[in-house]
Amino acid sequence: MIKHPVRGRFGAFGGQYVPETLMSALEELEGIWHEAKADPQFQLELAGHRHAFIGRPTPLYAATRLGAHFGGAHIHLKREDLCHTGAHKLNNAVGQALLAIRMGKQRVIAETGAGQHGVAVATVCARFGLECAVYMGTEDMRRQSMNVRRMKLLGAEVKEVSSGTKTLKDATSEAIRDWVTNVRTTHYIIGSVVGPHPYPEMVRDLQRIIGDEAREQYLSVDGKLPDVVVACVGGGSNAIGIFTAFLDDKDVSLVGVEAAGSGIKSGKHAASLVGGRPGVLHGSYSYLLQDGDGQVLPTHSISAGLDYPGVGPEHAFLRDIERVDYVAVGDRDAVAAFKLCTRLEGIIPALEPAHALHQAGVIARDLGPGGRILVCLSGRGDKDMDSVDEN
Amino acid sequence: MKTETSRLDQALRAQGDLKLVAYMMAGHPNKKRSLEVGKKLATSGIAALEIGIPFSDPLADGPVIQHAGQTALEHGMTVGASLELAAAIAREGIPTVLMTYINPILSHDPRRFAAEAAQAGVAGVIVPDLPIEEAEPIAGWLRAASLDTIFMVSPTTSPARMASIAEHSSGFVYCVTVTGITGARSELPAGMKDLLAEVKKHTDLPVAAGFGISRPEHMKALRGSADAAVVGSAIVAQIDRGADPVPLVKELLKACR
Repeated sequence: MIKHPVRGRFGAFGGQYVPETLMSALEELEGIWHEAKADPQFQLELAGHRHAFIGRPTPLYAATRLGAHFGGAHIHLKREDLCHTGAHKLNNAVGQALLAIRMGKQRVIAETGAGQHGVAVATVCARFGLECAVYMGTEDMRRQSMNVRRMKLLGAEVKEVSSGTKTLKDATSEAIRDWVTNVRTTHYIIGSVVGPHPYPEMVRDLQRIIGDEAREQYLSVDGKLPDVVVACVGGGSNAIGIFTAFLDDKDVSLVGVEAAGSGIKSGKHAASLVGGRPGVLHGSYSYLLQDGDGQVLPTHSISAGLDYPGVGPEHAFLRDIERVDYVAVGDRDAVAAFKLCTRLEGIIPALEPAHALHQAGVIARDLGPGGRILVCLSGRGDKDMDSVDEN
Repeated sequence: MKTETSRLDQALRAQGDLKLVAYMMAGHPNKKRSLEVGKKLATSGIAALEIGIPFSDPLADGPVIQHAGQTALEHGMTVGASLELAAAIAREGIPTVLMTYINPILSHDPRRFAAEAAQAGVAGVIVPDLPIEEAEPIAGWLRAASLDTIFMVSPTTSPARMASIAEHSSGFVYCVTVTGITGARSELPAGMKDLLAEVKKHTDLPVAAGFGISRPEHMKALRGSADAAVVGSAIVAQIDRGADPVPLVKELLKACR
């Protein structure tokens, strides 16, 4: 494993750029997390919830018709879409809810873009009897109305955010402001590997189950590893989740796929690693879409879950050391891959991993017949029916 | 870190009274008007003026200052233009403090920012999303340019941490009196006096109370506990509705004595 000499940093990236009021809460969280990680009782409890509540291990699925369509590659999908609530987000939400209980905090807040993290948090709050408020941009509420209804049904209060871009960026800012105000009673469940330390590290540790399972499952097929592992990157939690297990496998290429929206050159995209430069947003130093004066830029992607101007600091580090290759795929290609996977495999993917599926096709053609590709299918696409119909 | 007595330290030390620090956003509601307002505030009897440099994602700010920043950005305000505005206001003789978030400073290049702020005659800088753990090397460059580095303590800051924050600060220590974001509140929080007394134990610098402070009765309540009060959202709200903020400032000043 790569060692990072400075606490809370991945190379130069990460840190804790937050108002003073939150520093004690971050320290408490870091302490509780380290204590819980080392506590066999906690690990046992987490394993139990992963099995019976989330539905882990999720299957590794051979997408043979998709592979044939892409010229004869072997394509496997890690089926995070089969997690309870329909995405990998629950892996993190369950773990952090247990931490909230351990800290004696009865109220939980979250931000959400596509609504998958919001639904996951509302779900664990219902399961564990915690009070729940989810911040969501009004633009995302329109795009993902079914998830809004699910959250409300689960007993969460959905707080509309109509400032700024009305999407995930502003929902995250509002959630942080709530946390600054209610920090003594409230735990903030950040949904991705973003935010101040210890979040990027903690969320990675809770999501790495994806790759740990997938690597073992993959090896059990024929004793070999994939040539390439592909995952979509918004904040980057499913990608870190699947990449972590493969970081030391030097012969396995890792590819992160950001949202190119209408195209990088159009300026209407959400590809912070491909089209941004380093800066600070939401508490950590990472790549960021910003103008020449350090103002954060509006983003665009058809996929609400990728529509975010920042990215997790560990991805910034993995980019700079060239361990992971980051590329960007646009709206149109993502929608085509969405439809292709649905028709060829009988699996409706979320628009987020549809970006990764498109790139898997590009890589498959490049590798030729027999190429071995593992894709993280991070969520299912029922929520995206309206967005796809519009296109 | 204690240097020879700074302008801010001198201006904000209470001498039986309470000093008043006003806050305004550079470029709000537009460049021209904010320069006029800034000059008026500079000569209104306040002890120092805080000038906000707008940022698109101000995590520590409530709706009033968020809106002011957004308006300023929509009117094309930049870091460079904010520094020019600060220079023009500082020429009125008032100690000025820049308040902005870390990203605009990083983007501008912190060393250049420090040099230009010093050139503009600014006395100090506050960065609300820069806790002491992340302060270096930026705070070092600010100090090297003879600027005061003002750090914040809050109701959730432990006494041990307060000592360390005071150690990093010069000019004054900014005490955030509420657990929350900026914005006028009708009542001051319970426990505020104890908090200020605790901060005072850890520093010889003047202590300014801020966040939520907006009314003459708040000034009266702070007298004897804090050296200075920072009033932001209440003044920005006046500017936002096109009103002259000076009558409010005069009313607050009356309650300071």
